[in-house]
Amino acid sequence: MNSSKQRRRRVLAISSGGGHWVQLLRLGPAWQGCDVTYVTVNRAYRSDVPDTPFRAINDATRWDRLKLLLMCARILSIVLRVRPDVVVSTGAAPGYFAIRFGRWCGARTVWIDSIANVEEMSMTGRLVRSYADLWLTQWPHLATADGPQYVGAVL
Amino acid sequence: MILVTVGAQMPFDRLIRAVDAWAAEHPQTPVLAQIGTGAWQPQHMQWTEFIAPDEFRRQAADAQALVAHAGMGTIITALQFGRPLLVMPRRGDLRETRNDHQVATARRFDQMGKVAVAFDEHELPNRLDTLLCSSPADRIDAHASPDLINALRGFILDNQKPITATDSPAQE
Repeated sequence: MNSSKQRRRRVLAISSGGGHWVQLLRLGPAWQGCDVTYVTVNRAYRSDVPDTPFRAINDATRWDRLKLLLMCARILSIVLRVRPDVVVSTGAAPGYFAIRFGRWCGARTVWIDSIANVEEMSMTGRLVRSYADLWLTQWPHLATADGPQYVGAVL
Repeated sequence: MILVTVGAQMPFDRLIRAVDAWAAEHPQTPVLAQIGTGAWQPQHMQWTEFIAPDEFRRQAADAQALVAHAGMGTIITALQFGRPLLVMPRRGDLRETRNDHQVATARRFDQMGKVAVAFDEHELPNRLDTLLCSSPADRIDAHASPDLINALRGFILDNQKPITATDSPAQE
């Protein structure tokens, strides 16, 4: 509780574009007062988070191996430089890599599955499960005793 | 002005054709459509391939209503501006996206009453007419639910994991 006496937490907030990014932005108050670095796939999103460290990486889907590899390398270099205490992601591929690399570096990790996934956790969400310390759905009917947990939604 | 968007990732010609047909019958209503890399070009409305995010927000704030694919980015942006929104979900079997998740999203938001839904191009004209007669929606807050924010904050600052009902079924 004595957070004022602690070093400011370093948070890496990362997502792909479109809806994942819009949802990540709505979580902003959760890391207010922390040193946050935003990472996403579109340079134009810079204007959404003025005066905040921001890194753009290339986009990729799991069908394009070369781009995926490049994305993977960029994220690793960002994680090594930022050394986050906590990695938070709303999806998809960039969040998966950041959570896995973050874990290697001792970060605690949070996956918030997109509110678009109303019938089941996303495929990336299922893949990331064992690497996410907090594994959240935004739909109460998808929560189970073994996870994912439901604690609220972006809407 | 009515703002139409297919999002940044893939074209959605079925939606654009349906709105263009509607625009042909409503020449007094200006329509601006963001069509992505769609092969088909609208005849009865203004269109552009892409709109930068801040320009999109400017247009959305001014729009009388929005018509879109059932993408979360668009749905949330429309709700944040309190603009009436009609969505038509992309379908997996037509290769408009990789699966039918937009149909499920649209069904759920339809039940919640937060957005109007046309499940296909045949439903679209009537749904759009109805939407334009409805009163503007309430704006939603700029941020996620306080429960979610607080749970994340507790985890980030104090390493506290949230306790949810499903963790301890004995407790109410």
